[in-house]
Amino acid sequence: MRWGFLKSALWMSVGLWLLLGLAYPLVTTGLSQWFFPRQAQGSLIRLGGRVVGAAHVGQNFWGQPDYFWGRPSATLSPLTGRPEPYDAENSGASNLGPTARKLLVGVEVAVRQLQAANPGLQRGQIPLSLVESSASGLDPDITVRAALIQVPRVSKNTGLSRTYLSALVQLAARAPEWGLFGTRRVNVLALNLLVYRSLHATSRP
Amino acid sequence: MSFTTAVTWLVGLGALLVAVKPVGAYLARVFTGQPTLFDRVWGRPERWFFRASGVDPADDMSAAEYAAALVLVNLVLLGGIYVLLRVQASLPFNPQHFSDVRPSIAFNTAASFATNTNWQAYAGERTLSDFSQFAALGFAQFIAPASGIAAAVAFVRALSGRKLGNFFVDVTRACTRVFLPLAVLVALLLVWQGVPETLAGYAQAHLITGGHELIPRGPIASFDAIAHLGQNGGGFTRANSANPLENPTAVSNLIYIITMGILPVGLFGFFGIMTGRMRMAWTLTVVAGVLFLGMLALYYVPQAAGNPIINSLGLHETANWIGQELRFGTGGSALFTTSSMAFSTGSVVTAQDSLLPLASLGSFFSMFVNMVFGGKGVGVLNMMVFVILTVFLIGLMVGRTPEFLGKKIETREVSLASLAFLVHPFLILGGTALAVYLPAARHGVSSAGAHGLSEILYAFTSAAANNGSAFAGLHAALPFYTLAIAVVMILGRYVPLCAMLLLGESLLRKRTVPETVGTLRTDGVLFGGVLLAAVIIVNALAFFPVIALGPVAEHYLLMAHHLFS
Repeated sequence: MRWGFLKSALWMSVGLWLLLGLAYPLVTTGLSQWFFPRQAQGSLIRLGGRVVGAAHVGQNFWGQPDYFWGRPSATLSPLTGRPEPYDAENSGASNLGPTARKLLVGVEVAVRQLQAANPGLQRGQIPLSLVESSASGLDPDITVRAALIQVPRVSKNTGLSRTYLSALVQLAARAPEWGLFGTRRVNVLALNLLVYRSLHATSRP
Repeated sequence: MSFTTAVTWLVGLGALLVAVKPVGAYLARVFTGQPTLFDRVWGRPERWFFRASGVDPADDMSAAEYAAALVLVNLVLLGGIYVLLRVQASLPFNPQHFSDVRPSIAFNTAASFATNTNWQAYAGERTLSDFSQFAALGFAQFIAPASGIAAAVAFVRALSGRKLGNFFVDVTRACTRVFLPLAVLVALLLVWQGVPETLAGYAQAHLITGGHELIPRGPIASFDAIAHLGQNGGGFTRANSANPLENPTAVSNLIYIITMGILPVGLFGFFGIMTGRMRMAWTLTVVAGVLFLGMLALYYVPQAAGNPIINSLGLHETANWIGQELRFGTGGSALFTTSSMAFSTGSVVTAQDSLLPLASLGSFFSMFVNMVFGGKGVGVLNMMVFVILTVFLIGLMVGRTPEFLGKKIETREVSLASLAFLVHPFLILGGTALAVYLPAARHGVSSAGAHGLSEILYAFTSAAANNGSAFAGLHAALPFYTLAIAVVMILGRYVPLCAMLLLGESLLRKRTVPETVGTLRTDGVLFGGVLLAAVIIVNALAFFPVIALGPVAEHYLLMAHHLFS
């Protein structure tokens, strides 16, 4: 150990900090804004000039009769600590272990709520992913089947025909990325925006 | 197994296999001072920079000096992070006006990022300003892994008969020639996939269901690029890489997997090229690869089969979806988690706490051995620990003085290797035992039964392995855990690093004994097989009892449909 090390360590830290702690993030931000402005801004979705959400961030539709429901979310309000589904400012999971009674009860409650809102829905028709919460609490997607089983309810409540709504589901469905990676799924916000537009358009379909 | 799972695994693992040699060759160029593409940019400012900071690039350090310089730079880093977090309210780039971070969390976070653990006892999106994220934590995510790589480089130099080199030069070259150019590239790829990169603050959205909400934004892509490139694993938000803001698509998921693996596997190639023993490097790669595939299967099979208690409800689908994101699929989550654990990144796309017990066993095993490629240089060092222990064991069995790379392995080497190995179970088991004993610590457990023990065990394992992922049900912000985990992270990082530097130097000083027909070969199927067995047996001896009480007991309770309230 030499005393010169202390000087070198301090100088090096400051020099590399200017390069890696400041220049790197700022320059990268500049490049990103230049090359991919939409994504860099958070892939915001606008409707009539107003931001209504971000393409990748799920929103809470659970319990809304007119809309398709997404997966349950275990996020908590940062202020009260009470459940507040899809709180984007406090992402997180339920962290329930596989032998926790709360996990089983939560799934059972979600199943009952789905069955109450969608009369005639059989247990065997409900995809497990629609009643178990995600890792981030912000999962934007559900499976195509999970959307289709909700068509009769949305149809009844909005007056849009089942055929039309099923077509919207297929329209909103996304294949695996490049057909190779991930899963086939429906972005719930994108689907509900289609429903919203259909309801609020001047000429109804 | 679905088609997309197969493709994801083939592409991810194939890319990493292909990377072993070229990345190793590039690292060898960088760390033997041969010209690279980036010298044109960095050559001149670097010379000026070294002169100003009193670093003589030709000045080789002893192991003690190298270790001292490493610890010193990391201490400066730790202090710097602590101060920046404590005064963040007075600093710029704080669009959400977050207040200063409180002392215990600031210390825990500083220790966590300086040691490359990136354990997070706070929720990023509602605690830290953009400035704290990029100028304090983002910066640490360069220096901490660069320090680890420098240590590995010095050790490999010693094995190849070269002097250890200069720590300051190695860190600078690792940052400018390896991390920075790759980080810019990866960050742009992530933005392309939809990761935000902006300083504009959170976005207000007017929801179609009425009301509004804030969508967190920030320079997330640049943060996550270096988080994975350096196997740091720090998340910009609390949900880490599970958050669609950080990991929006299955493609970004794959980008992360390849990004975090490329340097750990490259360091295996680097070892082979530097020592001129590429055959041995491939043997080690295969041993680590076999363990990797084993853990991938251990994760995938139970997660795809699902939770038997939930499956008895008779719903559609059987996979375990709790704490999983739909867009990656079980296969994508499996490869990410296995990679993150193997490469010691510690970023997560799933709620680790909600994994089925056998799947979590894979994560535990990965962190116990910490050499299934491992991260930030430490992986290749840990692999060498096991290689030396294996050589020693074989030497005992056949009754010859053990040799490694033409050097005799004697008391000092075996003692240092044993120290580097034993500090790990000591910290994990000691920390867990203390937490189980103290009521204040037991109080932080959120699950009853065997799973509760797993939560504590996971925390200390993750800290000692400088991994940073968590069974997040544990209340990590309790004073006991913030302090105990910070101490474990620091000891778990620097004790083995220093021991290995001393070990390298000790080997370097020895006379080379010529190889004869009687010399034990340290490559090929026989040695690989013995090494694999030694890794499994030695770790099982240390950890099997606690594993039996945690995940294994939980597995049998789950099979018996036993519930805890």
